[in-house]
Amino acid sequence: MKKDAIGDSLSRVDGRLKVTGGAKYSGEYKVPNLTYGVLVSATIASGTVTALDTRAAERAPGVLAVITPFNAPKVPGYQAGAERPVRGLKLFNDNKIYFNSQPIALVVADTFERATYAACLVKATYNTEPFETDFHKNIDKGVTPQKGNYKDYVRGEANAYKNAPVVVEEEYLLPTEVHNPMELHVTTAFWDGDDKVTLYTKSQGVKGSQRSIAAAFGLNPDNVQINSRFVGGAFGSSLRTWPHEIAAAQAAKLVKRPVKLTLTREQMFTQVGYRPLTIQKIGLGATADGKLIGITHESHSQTAVYEEFTEGAVNVSQFLYNSPNVNTLYKVVPLNVGVPAPMRGPGEATGSFALESALDELSYKLNLDPIELRLRNYTDTDPERNKPWSSKYLKECYQKGAEAIGWADRKAQPGANKEGEWLVGYGIGCGAFGAYRGNAVAKIKLTADGSVNIQSATSDIGPGTGTSMVLIAADTLGIPADKITFELGNSAFPNAPTQGGSATVSSVGSAVHDVCVALKQKLYIMAGKPADSMEPIDYVAVLKQNNMPSVELTQESKGNPEAQKYSMYSFSAHFAKVHVHPLTGQVKIKKIVACVDAGKIVNHKTASSQMIGGAVGGVGMAMTEEAVFDNRYGRYINGNFADYHVPVNADIQQIEAIFIDKPDPVLNPVGTKGIGEISLIGVAPALANAIYNATGKRVRELPITPDKLI
Amino acid sequence: MNQFQYTRPAETAVAIKSLAKEPNGYFLAGGTNLVDMMKMGLVVPDKLIDINRLPLKKIERTPTGIHIGALASNSEVAEHAYIKAQYPLLALAINAGASPQLRNMATVGGNLMQRTRCPYFFDTAMPCNKRTPGSGCGALQGINRMHALFGASDKCIAVNPSDMNVAMAALDATIHVTGVKGPRAINIGDFHRLPGDHPELDNTLQKGELITSVDLPAASSAYNKHVYYLKIRDRTSYAFALVSVAAALHIENNTITGARLAMGGVAHKPWRLTAAEIFLKGKAITEDNFKQAAQIAMQGAKAYEYNKFKLKLAPNAIVQSLKLATGLAS
Ligand SMILES: Cc1cc2nc3c(=O)[nH]c(=O)nc-3n(C[C@H](O)[C@H](O)[C@H](O)COP(=O)(O)OP(=O)(O)OC[C@H]3O[C@@H](n4cnc5c(N)ncnc54)[C@H](O)[C@@H]3O)c2cc1C
Repeated sequence: MKKDAIGDSLSRVDGRLKVTGGAKYSGEYKVPNLTYGVLVSATIASGTVTALDTRAAERAPGVLAVITPFNAPKVPGYQAGAERPVRGLKLFNDNKIYFNSQPIALVVADTFERATYAACLVKATYNTEPFETDFHKNIDKGVTPQKGNYKDYVRGEANAYKNAPVVVEEEYLLPTEVHNPMELHVTTAFWDGDDKVTLYTKSQGVKGSQRSIAAAFGLNPDNVQINSRFVGGAFGSSLRTWPHEIAAAQAAKLVKRPVKLTLTREQMFTQVGYRPLTIQKIGLGATADGKLIGITHESHSQTAVYEEFTEGAVNVSQFLYNSPNVNTLYKVVPLNVGVPAPMRGPGEATGSFALESALDELSYKLNLDPIELRLRNYTDTDPERNKPWSSKYLKECYQKGAEAIGWADRKAQPGANKEGEWLVGYGIGCGAFGAYRGNAVAKIKLTADGSVNIQSATSDIGPGTGTSMVLIAADTLGIPADKITFELGNSAFPNAPTQGGSATVSSVGSAVHDVCVALKQKLYIMAGKPADSMEPIDYVAVLKQNNMPSVELTQESKGNPEAQKYSMYSFSAHFAKVHVHPLTGQVKIKKIVACVDAGKIVNHKTASSQMIGGAVGGVGMAMTEEAVFDNRYGRYINGNFADYHVPVNADIQQIEAIFIDKPDPVLNPVGTKGIGEISLIGVAPALANAIYNATGKRVRELPITPDKLI
Repeated sequence: MNQFQYTRPAETAVAIKSLAKEPNGYFLAGGTNLVDMMKMGLVVPDKLIDINRLPLKKIERTPTGIHIGALASNSEVAEHAYIKAQYPLLALAINAGASPQLRNMATVGGNLMQRTRCPYFFDTAMPCNKRTPGSGCGALQGINRMHALFGASDKCIAVNPSDMNVAMAALDATIHVTGVKGPRAINIGDFHRLPGDHPELDNTLQKGELITSVDLPAASSAYNKHVYYLKIRDRTSYAFALVSVAAALHIENNTITGARLAMGGVAHKPWRLTAAEIFLKGKAITEDNFKQAAQIAMQGAKAYEYNKFKLKLAPNAIVQSLKLATGLAS
């Protein structure tokens, strides 16, 4: 194989910068004259703030401004009839309170400490109104979402499972999970005159942020500069522009100095979304030999009273298995809570926990191996859309994953497998996530010293986007990776979609591929050779011959129209091996195997890292994470890193990523399908099913803490 | 965080006087608990007296056992060769707590004094009799999954969150304190209190008193062979105990000649299981005896809406810790 080719294992191109502290994150830019903003949060869940005593805060040392609903400069995009209205919470635009911890004031001071101190001097008077945060009590108030296509779905006959010879009907609960990236959300904003603003902000999409900020302040997008070069994790929490980002710009305009606004860890639980609490009912009906007759999947999720959030929680049930009868229902329950946001594997991760757990339950009723059950209901075409898959190697995932976990050692009977006092269990959980591709533009520049620079306004929230792009370019151009730099996270760069939905390599990777091909062709022509010649040429020599210091090209890359004919998904089969202690309920996750069909893998090293990271996220979902509300106050009781448990190193033993690594022939020229979401989808049910296999305890309410296993 | 005075005396007598003069002053040791509480607005001090320069760091053998200076860090104690050899239960318990970074900062005195992690105590927007006497107990009718089984009152059902304290209780520690009225010694069992009508008081330290050392008796070093600290928690590391058990047995000829048992996460103080200890004395090493001991230990336990699981988890953990201490399990 040639060096620096697609399929290699290239170390992160920005790894050195990251581990030496050279990588600057949004909160680390030392803008001259910087001031600091600290948000004050409401302590009631519904009503109005009738007065804010800000006198002490305003008199406190170093304070420049206290912005409240009573004095805030108007944000054009918040006003009724706005030309480009801003969706969601309109911070400080009026005195209404929709959820507990909603910001009611923003203190700006010359140091962070002084702003923090002054913030605690702001005293609010409220008019409290009745509120609802109790999901269980309000589930009957669930409504079919107004936006998007969330109509009840029926294929064949609804609720056909009920009349099947073998039936499973159960309810599954996923508690609220918070993204909790390590890096706090932070925005530094400053103005140049009245109509130009620059933001350093934690963003998964600098172009999206640019549009939102422009809309909020009624600006020309070209006058909004967004920088987000490094992002310390986001998991979906930076897919949109949040009210605090707009507030930072609003404050900077008011005090006429740059303002840096950093959320506290506590505010991270309420201001930047979360995976919503969801209850799902699954009905499965099968013949005695394990052929599905009917699938019913009904899901209720929480949303905010002031904004509707939806996700595809029931989607997987519509296409993952062959069943003549499928019906799904999806409703949202508006509550006095902050609005949720997509969180890694949005919808599908939630849905697959329910579906894949129910399938495991069915396998026990049928006395059938869970993999065999999945094979008997395998589908070679998409039963929902009646289209062929662009590619699907899920069978291979079952087989390779089973081998790697040691499935042959699994004993079907719970409790039958022991190591010392520890009960041993194996489980499988599968998932799928749409393979998407958006339009993207890349600009390339080859310089006479042989270096290549590529720019595109994408983001890297952690997967190693820059590294993959460099590898695609190196492979396409046939030059070493260390000659290539890839720049992202800057709204002045050519257009790219927001980093989400596992689509970055597919979208931006295609643009990089295409721009490299275009450059190559141009150089061949300059060298007097056919554009599609295979004969190697020396690019630098071509430039010199033509007396050019550099050559530059911009190329837009759009989806393949052929793709309409296919259903395109990445598929995953996750396997878990656990030890459970019968007396204490302690669980040791001995091994997780993630076997995925995600098309061609561009960079094995970063792809494996991403699979491992996703699996750890799945461990959190399955075993430890739950944001707990006290519904008497509508407040979280564990909104901090000590009490909200993300998994730690000691929770993780071995995680192995296996890639089928066969290119998808349809979606894009590189053959990728995306792995960001699929790395998490299916992990939670694999663990829950392994725990059942070990103990005979079916835990349908996550997380699976020790108290649920004794 | 408010503005406050800060001093860093080098002499114990000065530190004590300094605090005696300041009704709203606090000693600052590792700061891992106090500074967090200041950030959360739970403690709003007028003065901090940083005690890190006081000569209270020594760990040394004495004719009666071992002396551990109040400013010895949790890591220093857990890594001390003599403690590891003679009082391994203490090292195990300390290492089960917090994270290495926190243990490097946290001191023995600060650990004894650390306040509850009850979420209602930690949030000034919710009621808590411990934080604001008379405001009510948020946990009583609230999310009380982490809360007490023993010795609670209707004013407070919080637990002492420390791991170290559980081992200290099992090992019969004596806490040496000194104040303007002079030094005194307090047995660990009398140091932490039950909440009763005054949950704002965690312990019997008088205003202005400074912990100078914790001493472990030589007698407790007999419990250095068959020991286990079992901590059941929501994740494998860096989480407070749902329940924890410190178990140390003295065994001769396959018979238990003495037992030391204490539980964490179940009461407002480290919960010594004296009746179970008495029961185990003279008994053979069998799971059945351990089960009976656990049953005895659980007498008088009272659960709330969300912590009922502890009625089962706690006795199971007692049995398992005894099995692990005696080699019946590994
Ligand atoms: C995220 C997190 C997780 C943790 N997990 C655990 C855990 O799992 N298990 C566990 O046991 N602990 C845990 N801890 C708590 C930790 O052990 C305590 O914070 C630490 O022991 C306190 O010691 P310190 O020296 O830092 O005390 P400081 O914060 O300095 O002081 C605490 C209190 O003690 C007083 N004080 C300190 N020294 C003296 C003295 N010599 N005389 C009189 N009063 C004194 C101070 O005035 C203050 O009121 C955790 C803490 C955190 C932040």
